[in-house]
Amino acid sequence: MATSTTTVPSAGPAEGSRSFISRLRNGDEIARIITFLFAASVVLITLLLVLQLWHDSSIARHKFGLNFFVTRVWDPIAEEFGALPFIYGTLVTAVVSLLIAVPLGIGAAIFLAELAPQKVSDTLQFFIDLLAAVPSVIYGLLGVFIVVPLMRVYVEPALKQSLGFLPLFKGPAYGVGFLTAGIVLAIMVIPYIISVSREVLLSVPRDQREAALALGSTRWESTWKVVVPFARGGIMGSIFLALARALGETMAVTMVIGNSPIVNPSLLSPGYSIAAVIANEFTEATSQIHLQALVELGLVLFLLTFILNGLARLLLVLTAQKGSGMGHV
Amino acid sequence: MNPRLRWRKFVSNFMLTMTGVCAVVAVSVLFFILGYLVYHGGASINWNFFTKLPVPVGELGGGMANAIVGSAKLLLLASLFGVPIGFLGGIYLAEFSGSSVAFVVRYAADLLNGVPSIVIGIFAYALTVLPFKHFSAFAGAFALGLMMIPITLRSTEEFLHGVPRALREGSMALGASKWRTIMSVVVPAAYRGIMTAILLALARVAGETAPLLFTAFGNRYWSHGLNEPTASLPVMIFNYAISPYEDWHRQAWAAGLVLLALILIVNIFARAILSRGGTILR
Repeated sequence: MATSTTTVPSAGPAEGSRSFISRLRNGDEIARIITFLFAASVVLITLLLVLQLWHDSSIARHKFGLNFFVTRVWDPIAEEFGALPFIYGTLVTAVVSLLIAVPLGIGAAIFLAELAPQKVSDTLQFFIDLLAAVPSVIYGLLGVFIVVPLMRVYVEPALKQSLGFLPLFKGPAYGVGFLTAGIVLAIMVIPYIISVSREVLLSVPRDQREAALALGSTRWESTWKVVVPFARGGIMGSIFLALARALGETMAVTMVIGNSPIVNPSLLSPGYSIAAVIANEFTEATSQIHLQALVELGLVLFLLTFILNGLARLLLVLTAQKGSGMGHV
Repeated sequence: MNPRLRWRKFVSNFMLTMTGVCAVVAVSVLFFILGYLVYHGGASINWNFFTKLPVPVGELGGGMANAIVGSAKLLLLASLFGVPIGFLGGIYLAEFSGSSVAFVVRYAADLLNGVPSIVIGIFAYALTVLPFKHFSAFAGAFALGLMMIPITLRSTEEFLHGVPRALREGSMALGASKWRTIMSVVVPAAYRGIMTAILLALARVAGETAPLLFTAFGNRYWSHGLNEPTASLPVMIFNYAISPYEDWHRQAWAAGLVLLALILIVNIFARAILSRGGTILR
């Protein structure tokens, strides 16, 4: 984007010499000021959001300090608040979802970018875009009524039978829990990984592929050993974007994670996530410290997604520059 | 052909086939979702669903007329709040600003775009619910509008940048002021793209549930005016899906089908607008 701003005929020398009054008269200056106010309000709103999260969690932050992040107890009645079960649940579900979504998403992106004819690729991408538009509450609905029963009756018993010796798959099969939430999240973030990775792969210069093929590599070797490494940064970016989405996802997770603040190594165990506890308890929080603890959780979530989104954007911009010399993703 | 080459060819074909399988699996999810919704929801949709209020727990029947109207109200208000800020802010970025101001605004918009929707809900609660001590359609619309701002802003800017410089120069050479040029030449040239972006933003927030939970809240009756708790389709789906009642589950499916159908139709329509007239921009 930065390069294209120069194409706009803005304050040139001729314009600069016109008096302020004449610019005011023909409306340019008024328009500039008005649109500036609107643009500035976006910055203001964002600052206000950060300040509000910081300010409204101040009592909780002072009271609990860093212990907030390592305490396992979440007891609104006794006014004891520890974020560990929620942070644990959020991270575990996000990791499970990435383990599923990354191979599938990158595989599909390679197919769309490298293999499929233009028309097929565009059609499939259109469906992927529609998939990305499905709201999370719909994923939650299907999660509750389709995925959870499937997990309880078929998948989880099978996992226990085959891999039950691992601590990852111990305990009763409830259907709801970390694994189910991770699977639903995976389905939700796959479209993001595909769309962004496909763009990145398509921006890899053609001569990279041709050179590899000319040296006698097979089609797969040229893709996997030349094109994908070239696009590695951008693909990492797409994964970070997906991770940020997965961490902040609320409705679908709330509906299938089981909503109990437990830290349990078993993926079959019910759990809780940061977003889910905010969604469930925010309107019911009666004491000020409860509300503050929830806002502090919101602050944690905000910071996590902020860092991940920033990293993702950096990686995407760097890869795009490497690919074509254009700073546009 | 020596064995090594044969092996390499086999690996190549196998892996490429697997990527195809990945793509098919990913896309088929969409059809699973549609299939389940049509199967479960289609049977529950009837005239009552669109015209009746929810009935008390235990009684069968009823509908979600209030949630459909409520969603429409929220979306209209949200656009009235979010679109002008995004659109005019985008004009400033594309036409007036220097690069440092633009960087800050763009950065803020991207930041806002990445904020999880539940956190937007907390923010809207603090700003529009706490001071007035009650949930309202205004609060819900504020939360949704916030989410529309970054999308509208960035795409307005992008599509305005796509307008050829010659159009601007032509207009200014005829003596039009800069503002005149923007309003009657530049914006109309980018009109389709901007409309598409606004429609997509609207479709995105139409399904948002998390920010509405503690702003618009929900309502089992008609809400009178905009200052009362207001029902919306996504929140209704959530509440009905996690309820223990069979009849509510049925209605949650029906509501899910209606919501998804609306969102997909808007998406397809918006993309159609763009692809039909995108020649100037692409």
